[in-house]
Amino acid sequence: MNTLITLITAGITFGTVLMYGTLGEILTEKSGNLNLGVEGIMYMGGAFGLAGAFYYEKAVGAAAIGPVAIILAILAAFVAGCAASAIYSFLTITLRTNQNVTGLALSIFGTGVGQFVGELMRVKEGGYVALSNSLKNAFSASVFPGFFVKIPIVGPILFSHTIFFYLAIILAIAMWFYLSKTRSGMYLTAVGESPATSDAAGINITRYKYLATIIGGGISAIGGMVYIVTTAGCVWNHEGLSGVGWLAVALVIFCVWRPLNAIWGSVIFGAMMIMYLRVAIPFIPTQLYKILPYVVTVIVLIITSMRNSRDKQPPASLGLNYFREER
Amino acid sequence: MRGITKRFGQVVANDSISLKLFRGEILALLGENGSGKTTLMNMLSGIYQPDEGEIFKDGAPIYIHSPREAYDYGIGMIHQHYKLIEVFTAAQNIILGLNDGKMDIRAAEKKVKEICDRYGFDIDPSRKVYDMSVSQKQTIEIVKMLYRGADILILDEPTAVLTPQETRKLFTVLKNMKNDGKAIVIITHKLHEVMEVSDKVAVLRKGQYIGTVNTSETDPQALTDMMVGHAVTLNIDRPLYPEPKKKLIVENLTCVDEEGIKKLDGVSFFANTGEILGVAGISGSGQKELLEAMTGLYPVKEGSIRFINGDGNEVELVGMSPKKIRATGVGMAFVPEDRLGMGLVGSMGMSGNMMLRSWKNGKGALLKKKEPEELATRVWKELEVVTPDVNYPVRRLSGGNVQKVLVGREIAIGPEVLLTAYAVRGLDINTSYTIYNLLTEQKMKGVAVIYVGEDLDVLIELCDRILVLCDGKLSGVVDGRSASKEEIGLMMTHIGNKEAADE
Repeated sequence: MNTLITLITAGITFGTVLMYGTLGEILTEKSGNLNLGVEGIMYMGGAFGLAGAFYYEKAVGAAAIGPVAIILAILAAFVAGCAASAIYSFLTITLRTNQNVTGLALSIFGTGVGQFVGELMRVKEGGYVALSNSLKNAFSASVFPGFFVKIPIVGPILFSHTIFFYLAIILAIAMWFYLSKTRSGMYLTAVGESPATSDAAGINITRYKYLATIIGGGISAIGGMVYIVTTAGCVWNHEGLSGVGWLAVALVIFCVWRPLNAIWGSVIFGAMMIMYLRVAIPFIPTQLYKILPYVVTVIVLIITSMRNSRDKQPPASLGLNYFREER
Repeated sequence: MRGITKRFGQVVANDSISLKLFRGEILALLGENGSGKTTLMNMLSGIYQPDEGEIFKDGAPIYIHSPREAYDYGIGMIHQHYKLIEVFTAAQNIILGLNDGKMDIRAAEKKVKEICDRYGFDIDPSRKVYDMSVSQKQTIEIVKMLYRGADILILDEPTAVLTPQETRKLFTVLKNMKNDGKAIVIITHKLHEVMEVSDKVAVLRKGQYIGTVNTSETDPQALTDMMVGHAVTLNIDRPLYPEPKKKLIVENLTCVDEEGIKKLDGVSFFANTGEILGVAGISGSGQKELLEAMTGLYPVKEGSIRFINGDGNEVELVGMSPKKIRATGVGMAFVPEDRLGMGLVGSMGMSGNMMLRSWKNGKGALLKKKEPEELATRVWKELEVVTPDVNYPVRRLSGGNVQKVLVGREIAIGPEVLLTAYAVRGLDINTSYTIYNLLTEQKMKGVAVIYVGEDLDVLIELCDRILVLCDGKLSGVVDGRSASKEEIGLMMTHIGNKEAADE
């Protein structure tokens, strides 16, 4: 029982990182843009998010307070992600480059920029970048009073998490509401399904694509930051983030492009990623555990395409650029 | 519309056309393929702008620059290709792009329901589009226009994709709308539909406005004459082959498409060596399916296609893969209508494209470029293809030259049956003649040539016999030397259902 609870809690911690990455990519893909640069975007989010909190603390010293640090970290990561996906948007939407190639290039580029900024900070600060303990606590503490956390079973599962987890859930619900209940969300879906139809209906395709891709990138980047300030313990760690972005891309498929599915999907994926630490079976190598999420994604892909449910397909124009003249 | 002219480059698609449309009336716009019907209506719906002429509505001149402005003037056009989002419901599709404050899908569904009840449409506004049949999709498009308050509706060949029952339903709805005071234009080339549904008929021919008549005062014969016009002499050389023999026998061929609509229905004919068998018909009457069935590309539901080889033995082709059809020794060369899509690889040069046909003959892993290059050079020289060299990407060649490469390659195999579809589409006069001569040359070598064409003048002058298709059915086979254009025109529209002349 205890093992299960720790597994779920750990799954949620890691899953929160994935949730941001996935939600951002869902928004992006809904507009028909397949941004494979999530990996790079999350790296940049991690490095810039940490930098935001770190330099804030350096500037104000002991006067630094948790909430401000959290907001600054989120903002820094978000802006970095927006900038990275703005490059992608400009290349694919305006210059109409191939989306796959551009996304892969952005992955490499973003990873490089993230590493560079992280390492630069580390070297400049004398080999070690870390936040003070009080800020670390602010990042990793539960938002609920200790009383709630102490409730058996329910407490650790529901109330023991950082503010980022609850924010991600609010974000997922907000995105679900936006996509299925608002006019603008319906138009965004229309753009991703059939740009030609939307264009004929008088919807500004370019605007929707740019906004969805840029904001989506910003949201994904927050995931990278969350990893650094929670799992990595507010220390720049250039290895832990590798592969997380790809996992988020796989999760988008797993969630069949629905934000609400991202909540439980991320937790399951998070738990699968962390399983090798918690329920290790001696003779199975840890690498085998780590491929589990991908195996599950492949299975989900096969099942959804076999069932041929039209509601569970990717946006019809995903990965295709729109040329108005080519009607 | 007064004095409307539209040019595309040098081609005049509409030549000073004037047209009047009244409320509470259905006007049929009749004409052959390429006579400018759709172009004319596209100017009314804001897709094109006229080069000359003016459009008036209720006495005032209007200028329509985009489909959106056309909506504002109450003009809605339903195209042949529906613009719908498959994963949305009917109601969602209908309100897409409208900005009328808060999105209220319930209210929209209610309003859609009202429109449906008023005119007798039958759709469920909350159903997803991917679950709907073609006719329901069409209904959504019409309701979309009505929802936006259109009082002039233009339908571009609305019945082309419908079953007869659905067509009847559509006509009932159209008549309801007419009685409600809407003006309706229906673009079509099916005469019996014109007679059934319209009040007036306006006829176009090759971009010219021929005239408008009241449907009640005319008959199909008179309309055909207006539509087809008088025969033009082209002077295509048509020598007679000494001893034609049966080469290909098609019996009771029936093909059904994915949606269960019969594309070919019990078609039987034969093709002789040393003759050009023309295939005439309004586009979409089953020509494409016929050719593809013969080459093994289209599934055949019933019937047989038999090829008679050199020894006089019959070989059944139905059920064989295209590769096997070739392996049995059946020489079929297929010149598809979509030249660059199905025929050639655009970014490869002439020799590369020649190789596509012969790569199976090669042995080993490496390409043997010599033979295809020689062949390409031969085609280049003999057919006077205008290209800098044989490795120049064919995509950059002009349409006529692309066609020469394709025909040249197919002829080079030495086929016994040569199938061509719209071989001269988009080509200038001179190149067209080159192609005609090539085909005639093949015919004189004893090849059975099947030529699917759209220009009746050419068919009459080029072909020895002409097979006429209408709606997937064979309406008859006529002798190219004695047939008149009017006769074929009538057969194309399925009146005067004449039995095959020589069977």
